[in-house]
Amino acid sequence: MGSGALFAAVFLACLVEAVEALTIVLAAGAGRDWRSAITGASTALAVLALIVAALGPALTAVPLGALRLVVGGLLLIFGLQWLRKAILRAGGLKARHDETAVYRTELAAAQAAPPGNRGIIADWYSFILSFKGVLLEGLEVAFIALTFGANQRNIPLAAAAAVAAVIIVTVTGVAVREPLARVPENTMKFAVGVMLTSFGVYWGAEGAGASWPGGDTALLVVVPAVALFALALVVALRLITSSLRASATAQAGRP
Amino acid sequence: MTARIIALLRFCYDFVVGDDWRVALGVVAALAVTYGISTTSIPAWWILPAAVAILLPVSLWRVTRL
Repeated sequence: MGSGALFAAVFLACLVEAVEALTIVLAAGAGRDWRSAITGASTALAVLALIVAALGPALTAVPLGALRLVVGGLLLIFGLQWLRKAILRAGGLKARHDETAVYRTELAAAQAAPPGNRGIIADWYSFILSFKGVLLEGLEVAFIALTFGANQRNIPLAAAAAVAAVIIVTVTGVAVREPLARVPENTMKFAVGVMLTSFGVYWGAEGAGASWPGGDTALLVVVPAVALFALALVVALRLITSSLRASATAQAGRP
Repeated sequence: MTARIIALLRFCYDFVVGDDWRVALGVVAALAVTYGISTTSIPAWWILPAAVAILLPVSLWRVTRL
């Protein structure tokens, strides 16, 4: 896999998760206390950086075959989860992710919670809400960056892609001070699901001892094949949902 | 303490396995089959793509039935 694909996969995954984390931090800041919310987000980012710095060298020391087997399997499970949700959303069977709605819910919860400080943190609720939001959204990205980077023996590039995405989202978020609802999150999640599933299939099979026809060039077939298959499933789901709705409407119309 | 350990385990399970445990189990089984076949002279690269072609539609189909 080229460095461009590694960068693109990690960057996209990180961008999506960073947009979701930003919504939570904005709600904590706008609803309660900006300083505590930013401290919580910064602390979570520091923890994530520590995780990557600690696990990165350890992962690169693992033999490539074993690494690809474990990482390929995990990426495939992750990728299928992302793809499954993205297909359900695109097919109309799951509500599309709406940052504005999430922001409203988080803001209402933040404003309703009782005040309270701990140590140097002026508002504990804002701190914890931001910390948890950034840490939980970031853990998945850290995992993706670590596994993609370790497999390509280029963790610095994967980390750079993740940092670039975080900087772009942070700068945009600070500029607009509202959730980035216009980011095509559902489409991006679909693309990330395709990438994770494809690389999971490729590395998992290699790690389990299989040899791909054409070596690395097999990825040029696997990625579009997974994308086309997922798109075909979206079409099939839309047909099923529309026929289910039609039959429900017909039943409701009967006396 | 026990409640925190249980919460951590639940988080790890949700983080790795996700909404449909059958998908995770299917992936592990497909990897095992790939390993088994790769020790023979039969090509084994096609097993994981085939697993995806089965697991993903089946998982989606289960949702449409709910």
